[in-house]
Amino acid sequence: MATSRKASATKSRSSTKSKVATKKSKARTTNIFTPEQDIDAYREMLMIRRFEEKAGQMYGMGLIGGFCHLYIGQEAVVIGISMAINEGDQFITSYRDHGHMLALGMDPKGVMAELTGRRGGYSKGKGGSMHMFSREKNFYGGHGIVAAQVPIGTGLAFSNKYLGNGAVSVTFYGDGASNQGQIYESFNMAKLWSLPVLYVVENNQYAMGTSIARASSNMDLSQRGASFGIPGEKVDGMNVCAVKEASARALEHCRSGKGPFILEMMTYRYRGHSMSDPAKYRSKEEVQKMRAEHDPIEQVRARLLSSKTSSEADLKDIDKNIRAIVAEAAEFAQSDAQPDPSELYTDILIELDA
Amino acid sequence: MPIQVLMPALSPTMEEGKLSKWLVKVGDAVASGDVIAEIETDKATMEIEAVDEGKIGRIFIEEGTDNVAINTPIAVILADGEDESAIDEMASNAAPAPVETPTAAIEPAVTETSVSSVVVEADPEIPSGTEMVSLTIREALRDAMVEEMRRDEAVFVMGEEVAEYQGAYKVTQGLLDEFGDKRVVDTPITEHGFAGLGVGAAFGGLKPVVEFMTFNFAMQAIDHIINSAAKTLYMSGGQMGCSIVFRGPNGAAARVAAQHSQDYAAWYAAIPGLKVVSPYSASDAKGLLKAAIRDPNPVIFLEHEMLYGHSFDVPVLDDFVIPLGSAKILRQGADVTLVSYSNGLTYTLGAADELAAEGINAEVIDLRSIRPLDMATIITSVKKTGRIVTIEEGWATCGIGAEISARVVSEAFDYLDAPPTRISSEDVPMPYAANLEKLALPSVDEIVVAAKAVCYA
Repeated sequence: MATSRKASATKSRSSTKSKVATKKSKARTTNIFTPEQDIDAYREMLMIRRFEEKAGQMYGMGLIGGFCHLYIGQEAVVIGISMAINEGDQFITSYRDHGHMLALGMDPKGVMAELTGRRGGYSKGKGGSMHMFSREKNFYGGHGIVAAQVPIGTGLAFSNKYLGNGAVSVTFYGDGASNQGQIYESFNMAKLWSLPVLYVVENNQYAMGTSIARASSNMDLSQRGASFGIPGEKVDGMNVCAVKEASARALEHCRSGKGPFILEMMTYRYRGHSMSDPAKYRSKEEVQKMRAEHDPIEQVRARLLSSKTSSEADLKDIDKNIRAIVAEAAEFAQSDAQPDPSELYTDILIELDA
Repeated sequence: MPIQVLMPALSPTMEEGKLSKWLVKVGDAVASGDVIAEIETDKATMEIEAVDEGKIGRIFIEEGTDNVAINTPIAVILADGEDESAIDEMASNAAPAPVETPTAAIEPAVTETSVSSVVVEADPEIPSGTEMVSLTIREALRDAMVEEMRRDEAVFVMGEEVAEYQGAYKVTQGLLDEFGDKRVVDTPITEHGFAGLGVGAAFGGLKPVVEFMTFNFAMQAIDHIINSAAKTLYMSGGQMGCSIVFRGPNGAAARVAAQHSQDYAAWYAAIPGLKVVSPYSASDAKGLLKAAIRDPNPVIFLEHEMLYGHSFDVPVLDDFVIPLGSAKILRQGADVTLVSYSNGLTYTLGAADELAAEGINAEVIDLRSIRPLDMATIITSVKKTGRIVTIEEGWATCGIGAEISARVVSEAFDYLDAPPTRISSEDVPMPYAANLEKLALPSVDEIVVAAKAVCYA
């Protein structure tokens, strides 16, 4: 049993690795950020990394309950896309959602306080890690049922078209969700009605403990819209420049009335599926190799140093500032009060005006 | 032997129709498959074909005739070599015996006149002197949608066959013409997908009216109704309101068997974050649907196929809206409280008539809203009568009657003179056979027996 799991994990690793490498070299030659963009990307990705490291630590201390799915390793995906979106574009994703919220500029204090179930959390402590929202920042969740966010995101796109507001719904889902029927129901309607929706498959290569090779008859998720006529592209999701460049093109496609577009982000999560996952289905070497050779933050860091845009000291300063913000969020998340017991009964229905 | 052509039943619920046009005349030769006439049902105009070869010998029902009952002989086809004398011979031999029709297996529906007679007092929701117009339930539902769509640009209707087909049950008739395909959206057959899409559109600021062809198909979509529509407001700390109506026929139609005959009222009524409505009359259908569309919360609007064609008086008012959450007393009485909703009232009102004939005055309560449940009206009635029988087309286990019984026992125990009693469908999947279906559904007789039992009569 263990042997066969290891074998299939190895199979998926080799198949995806080569694609990442191919795209990466292309991306590096064609999509170089300005120094300012590199620094921004570095700072924002590092913010997610440090936030998630702290969340993992707090989970281990028993301060965060329930399920908690960390985004470490996938930071380039949301940051690259967030650098390409317009004001008013919406994000909607599954339960691995902390990175998306930070990328949209939601307050780390409010996110962390939701993780600890406190009143200052984005959902007043009633949603937790998997269910957070911010209308103000156009973040539509945070959904706990695999793939359920995809028809909802498609519905946001329906409302964008109906209202003529020019916004694109950026709808994220994972490689595991890709096999859910409701995604194809959504693809059909999105293309049929030319809805402005960008589907982003975050292919981190494991649906919980099942490698994509063991779950998908066709592993090219970028082409899953082919039978509906939806164009798709595979992107090196570990390279923030490549993500930004591909997203900008795809968003333009959606915004111009041509309907949906699929971007398959080849990415990798370093941690287990959730905090309670020992990740025995893949080798330590596989994870180490990915970290050493493809880490999205290290790629930008190397570029900043080699171009002499930043010094080691500059980058240390950035890290220090981020650690301070995260520490403050963690402190708030522990000191903020639990919800008032009366909150048990609020927000079930919107009360009608008398 | 001449062959009789009978008025056909063209849908599970059709009882009669209009013979709108003959496409053949006496003496014409017809072959099997030839279109011979057009029939207009309450849902659509259908062509009927000859199934035998021969010559049209006689036409019994002229074109343009309304209300032709199914199985009425409408024409005769003569076989080769037969002449008109054969028709007279046939008529004298055997008068055509009406075959028991599928719909005849169902408890006879309350007629328009008896409906208006059961409202024993002036409806407090309708100002006295208001002009009334007779509308079918399907017209009342359509009018509600039309009025709300005129009032609010954010309201749109989506579902299978709602636009070009004019509604599988003709409830959305005329909407496409007035509002266009931006606001009246035919969906693919993809309940899970379009229910979720509707929820997303509601999060995006629209007010979708999502029609399920029947609520049986909404089981494909129930994850989005419950996990996405009902719970997100709570999980978002009040940020993500979802103003959406899921509507369509619910419960048992006629002879459509287990997968198409289920009452979901108890399922949805169990969910915090939903409102559940299930009207009986046309005025309630209209007033409640208007309220449901305006409601900022997800509303499950359970209609009933057997009631779509029934006519009731509806007030002619510019804006007739009935707040959700209030029951209505359809008939006052002091001896026993009968509580039901939707098509359950068809049986209940019939039983109340029979009981009255035997000197038992039943108070009949139409719940109208299942969640929130108007317990105050029920408790007030039980305090007066001391007896309660609940009637529903759903199953008894964990049903609406179970919930009401438990709450009556908790809240009015000292007033009860008899145990609360539940009438429901039998604890079986709905059978197809006409006699079994009739046995599975509640009946007037069962209600009468139960009411007498709690009255110790």
